[in-house]
Amino acid sequence: MTILALAWAITMAQVLLGLAMSFAVWRMLRGPRAQDRVLGLDTLYVNAMLLLVLYGIQTGRTLYFEAALVIGLLGFTSTVALSKFLMRGEVIE
Amino acid sequence: MIQAPDLPFWAALLVGFLVLAGAMVALVGSFGLLRLGNFYQRVHAPTLGATLGVGAILIASMICFSVLESRPVIHEVLIAVFLTITTPIGLMLLGRAALYRDRRAGRDDIPEG
Repeated sequence: MTILALAWAITMAQVLLGLAMSFAVWRMLRGPRAQDRVLGLDTLYVNAMLLLVLYGIQTGRTLYFEAALVIGLLGFTSTVALSKFLMRGEVIE
Repeated sequence: MIQAPDLPFWAALLVGFLVLAGAMVALVGSFGLLRLGNFYQRVHAPTLGATLGVGAILIASMICFSVLESRPVIHEVLIAVFLTITTPIGLMLLGRAALYRDRRAGRDDIPEG
């Protein structure tokens, strides 16, 4: 009974996070300007990281924690790199 | 595929509540990203998920693994500290880049100050 309720809660949270990821993807694909797309990517990777942590809770394995950490690291790097590109790309122009 | 860790009642209640609350907060942040009007309003919305949502879900993960392995498991603090440091840096860089681009383009919807 307890396991069933917890499984329901975790699955529900995963569905909500999937919906949040789809919102971020929509903003990334349709965002009127380049900075909106980068912001969508930023939100997307934070939500994906949360989804991995949830999957770790669901399966009871700590393996997914490392994957979440790597996603967080790479996401930050990509946001900074894209921001620098947005700023410098027009300086050169 | 129904699957969940075998936790005692109080831990399951706490983990379930924190997980649902964190996912809901992240969803609200992403919904703000979808709905708000211009970039300078939108840049505020996802920080909701990057602070409160991440915090709630990581605390849930900490409780879950601490109870499962019956010893304190706090390596999730790594992710929390890392995100707390990097989210403002990344979004501030992005905001400055957007400001620079908007000034170059001569747009008139730039926030003052």
